[in-house]
Amino acid sequence: MQLDANTSMDLKIVSLISVGKHPTSGRARRAEQDGRAVELGLTLAEAGRGKQNLTVLHAGDSQQSALRSYAGMGLESVRVIQLRESADAVSPLTEYLRKHVPDIILTGVRAESGESSGMVPYLLAEKLGWPVVPRIANIVSIKEGVAEVLQALPRGQRRALTVRLPFIASVDNAAAEPRQSAFGPANRALMEQQQAGSETDTVRSEWSELPARKRPKRLKVVKAKTAADRFKAATAKPQGSGGKVLKDKTVTEQAQAIFDLLLEEGVLR
Amino acid sequence: MTFEWLHPFLIATALLLAAVGAVRRVNLWRAGQPESVDFVAGLMAMPGRYLHDLHDIVERDKYMSKTHAATGGGFVLSLLLVVLVHLFGVQNQILAWALLASLALMFVGAIFVFKRRLNPPSRLSKGPWMRLPKSLLAFSSAFFILTLPMAGVLPEGAGGLLLTIVLGVFIAMGLSEMLLGMTWGGPMKHAFAGALHLAFHRRPERFGGGRSTGLKPVALDQRVLGVQKPEDFKWNQLLGFDACVQCGKCEAVCPAFAAGQPLNPKKLIQDMVVGMAGGSDAHYAGSPYPGKEVGQANGGPLLTITEGLIDPDTLWSCTTCRACVEECPMMIEHVDAIVDMRRFLTMETGSTPNKGAEVLDNLIATDNPNGNAPASRTNWAADQNLPLLRDVKETDVVFWVSDGAFDMRSQRILRAFVSLLKAANVDFAVLGDEELDSGDVARRLGDDATFQSLAKRNIAALSQYKFKRIVTTDPHAYHCLRNEYTDFAGDVFKGVEVLHHTTFLNELVQAGKLKLSRFKGGKVTYHDPCYLGRYNGEYEAPRELLRSLGIEIAEMERSGFRSRCCGGGGGAPITDIPGERRIADMRMEDVQTTGAELIAVGCQQCTAMLEGVVEPRPQVKDIAEILASVLLDDEAANDVENQLEEAF
Repeated sequence: MQLDANTSMDLKIVSLISVGKHPTSGRARRAEQDGRAVELGLTLAEAGRGKQNLTVLHAGDSQQSALRSYAGMGLESVRVIQLRESADAVSPLTEYLRKHVPDIILTGVRAESGESSGMVPYLLAEKLGWPVVPRIANIVSIKEGVAEVLQALPRGQRRALTVRLPFIASVDNAAAEPRQSAFGPANRALMEQQQAGSETDTVRSEWSELPARKRPKRLKVVKAKTAADRFKAATAKPQGSGGKVLKDKTVTEQAQAIFDLLLEEGVLR
Repeated sequence: MTFEWLHPFLIATALLLAAVGAVRRVNLWRAGQPESVDFVAGLMAMPGRYLHDLHDIVERDKYMSKTHAATGGGFVLSLLLVVLVHLFGVQNQILAWALLASLALMFVGAIFVFKRRLNPPSRLSKGPWMRLPKSLLAFSSAFFILTLPMAGVLPEGAGGLLLTIVLGVFIAMGLSEMLLGMTWGGPMKHAFAGALHLAFHRRPERFGGGRSTGLKPVALDQRVLGVQKPEDFKWNQLLGFDACVQCGKCEAVCPAFAAGQPLNPKKLIQDMVVGMAGGSDAHYAGSPYPGKEVGQANGGPLLTITEGLIDPDTLWSCTTCRACVEECPMMIEHVDAIVDMRRFLTMETGSTPNKGAEVLDNLIATDNPNGNAPASRTNWAADQNLPLLRDVKETDVVFWVSDGAFDMRSQRILRAFVSLLKAANVDFAVLGDEELDSGDVARRLGDDATFQSLAKRNIAALSQYKFKRIVTTDPHAYHCLRNEYTDFAGDVFKGVEVLHHTTFLNELVQAGKLKLSRFKGGKVTYHDPCYLGRYNGEYEAPRELLRSLGIEIAEMERSGFRSRCCGGGGGAPITDIPGERRIADMRMEDVQTTGAELIAVGCQQCTAMLEGVVEPRPQVKDIAEILASVLLDDEAANDVENQLEEAF
C-alpha cells in the first residue's frame, strides 16, 4: 500500500458493516464481505496514521452480538446508528455520511441477510453524488487525491482502475481475508450509539421470507477434450458472453453502441 | 587454630546472604497473580509430598534416586549439624560423629553425581550444573576434615595455617554453592523453590496418587485474558518454574522436540524463569528449541512474553500430551503454562496460526470444527435407529457421539460401538442434534470463551434428562466431560459416571454380556491415547479387553504412562507448526519395532493420525471395531456352544 504523505494524513475511511448469516447454521455472524471491507479499512488506516482514521459503521441494533465479532479484529469502537428492525438503512446512513464526509466508503457487495439486493453502495452513491467502484480486491495506492484500485474479475483476473476521492467501493470475496476476531477486544469494544430518524422500509415490509429452495439445474454436458478444459469448465465462474470492447473506437461510435444497447434492452423507447 | 573465628563467620555470612536472597526470590514470585493456597496444610504436607510423590517419580531412575537420597539427605542433615557444631559451637562428640557420618553420606552421593557428570546425556543442562558435583565434594570433604578434631580423631589445631586456608577456600566454595546458590539462582535453587513448590502446588490433588488434569477456567471479565507477561501467571506457577532442576526428562519424552518442532519443555520453563527475573537466556546451558539459537531471547516481568522471549510457534508446537508433566520429578505444570500463554494469543491478539481461526469461527457458528450443518449431526446414524434422549427422557447410558459423527472414518468406530451396545442390550440413548462439540479443541487452542459457551450449552442439554452414565468413544470429549465440565456443571453430573467406551465395554465383557469369539489375526500392539492414559489413568481396561479376546499384546517400549503422543492432540494438526519429521511417523516406527500387524487404538484422533502414515504400515483399528469384528450373533453363539458341547 503506497500512501501519499499529504492525503494519508487525514484520510478518513468508513467501513459499513451488516449482520451476516452463516450458510449452514443460519446464525448471525461477521459477514464475509463486510469483514473484508473492515480488513481493507484497517490495512489502509495502519498504513497511514493509525486506526483512528477508520470508522466502522452499522445501521441497526447496537445490541446485536455479531457486531462484536467485527470489533474483535482490534477496533476500539463500533459506531451504530440505532434503528428499528423495520427501518430502511439508506437515508440515516446518507445523513451520517453527509455530515462526516469521509474519503473512502467500503461496503460488502451484498448483505448475507435481509433483502441482500446489493443496492446500498449504489443508493448511497446516488444520494451523495459519488462514484462507485464495484467488487474491488485491493486499493493499491492513494496519491494526490487519486486512488488506484484493483477490481476483481472472474478467474482471478484483475482490472486496474484509478478513481478520484471521495468514492464508494464494494469489496469482493477476492480481497484479503478478514483477520481473526479475538474475544477480549470484541468483548471490551465500545458500541457508540447514535440516534437517527428513519423511515420504515415499506418495500421490505410487504415481503415474506422463506428458506431458499434449490432449483433444479439443467445438466451441464462438458464437451471438453482435454483435462485442462474440463478443469476450467468445473471451476470457472460464468463469464458474461457477448459484449464488445469499444476502448479504441471514436466517441461517436462508442455513444452509438451504448444507445443501441439501451434501445435493445428496452431502457429507452 | 589461629583463625577460630573464620569458619563460624563464613557460615553466618552465608546464611545471612542466603536469607537476603530468599526474600528477593520470594518477591519475584509474589509479583504473580493471587491464588489462594492453604499455607499451613501445604507446609505440613511438604515432607510427605517430597518423600512419596516426588521420590516415586525420581525412583523411576534407580541410579539417580539413590544418588539424590544420599546427597540430598546427607546435605540437609549435615547443614543442621554444621550450624549446631560449627556456628553455635556445641561441643558434643556424638553430634560431631553424626556430622561426620552425614558428611560421608553426602560425599558418597556426590561421587555418583560426579560420575554421572563425566559423560552426561544430552538432556542434562551443562554450565553451572557441571560445577555442582565439585562444590558438593568440596563442601562435604572440607567440613569433614574440619569436624575431625571435634570428634577426637585429630588433635585440636592439627594441620596448621596452610590447612586452615585450604579448608577456608573449600568451605567458602561449598557454602556459596549450597547456600547462596540456593536463593540467588544457582543450581541449588531447586531445593529451596522445589520445597516450597511442593508445599504450595497449584494442583494439590496430584499428591498422594491423585490426578488433576483439567485446565483451570479463565474469568472472562479480566483486564487481560490469558498470560501476556510473566506477572500474569499465578504466583505459585512462577514458584513452580523456579523449582526446575533442568534434568531434561521432559525434553527426552517431548514428541514435538523429537520431531524437530521449535519446542523444548525444559527451555520453555527456563525462559519463564528468565522472564520472571528479567534478562536474557544467554546463560542457559541445555538443548535449545530445535532450529533456534540460544542467547537471542530477552524478557522481564512486565514484558510481553511472545515479543522477544518466546516465539509463538514454540507454544503452538505442543500437543498437550502431558508426557513432560508426567515425567517431571519436580511436578511442574508445563501444559498449564503453555495453554495460559495460548489464551493470550487467541483471545487478545487473535493470532491462532494456520487453520486455527477458521476452526474457532466454525465452532462458534456451527458448534463443530469443520463447519458442517448442525442439523446433519445424526446423519451418520440414519440407518441405526438410535433412541433420542428428546424422546425417551430417561436412560441408563448416554452415548456421547462426539464430532466423529461428521467424519467417515470415525463413523465406522461409532457404528461398531453401537452394534456392541445393541448386542449387549444396553439401555442407551443419544442427544442427537442437541449434542455439540465438547469444546476440547477450542480450549486447547486457547479460546476459553468458546469452550465455556459450548460446555454450558452441553450441560444445559444434558440437564434436561435423567441418566446414570455417559459413555464416549472420544477420549478428548471424555476428558472434558469428566474433568473440565465440573467447573460449570453444578449438580448435573452428581451421581453420574463418565466412562470411556473401553472401560464400559470391558465391564460388559467381564460380565459376560457380549458373546465374542477369539481374535484370529496376527500380532497386535496397543497405543495408549494421551487423553485416556495420562489424563485419566485408564491403562488397564483396553488391555484387559484385548486379552479377553485371546490377544497377547506386543507392548511398545513407550507404552502406558510413557506412551508417545500420535501428534493429534492440543490442536496441533490445526496449527501445524513445521518440524523435521511428523510425530505420527515416529509413533508408527515405535509400532513397527514390535512387529505388530494391527494397532489397537481407543481414540478416533489417534486413528486418524496413525492412518495418515504412508503404507506399508500395520492396520489401525479402534478396540470397538476389533470387538465388533469378533462379535457372535445369537445363532453363531449357539453354534459355538453346541460345538463345545459336542466336543466334550
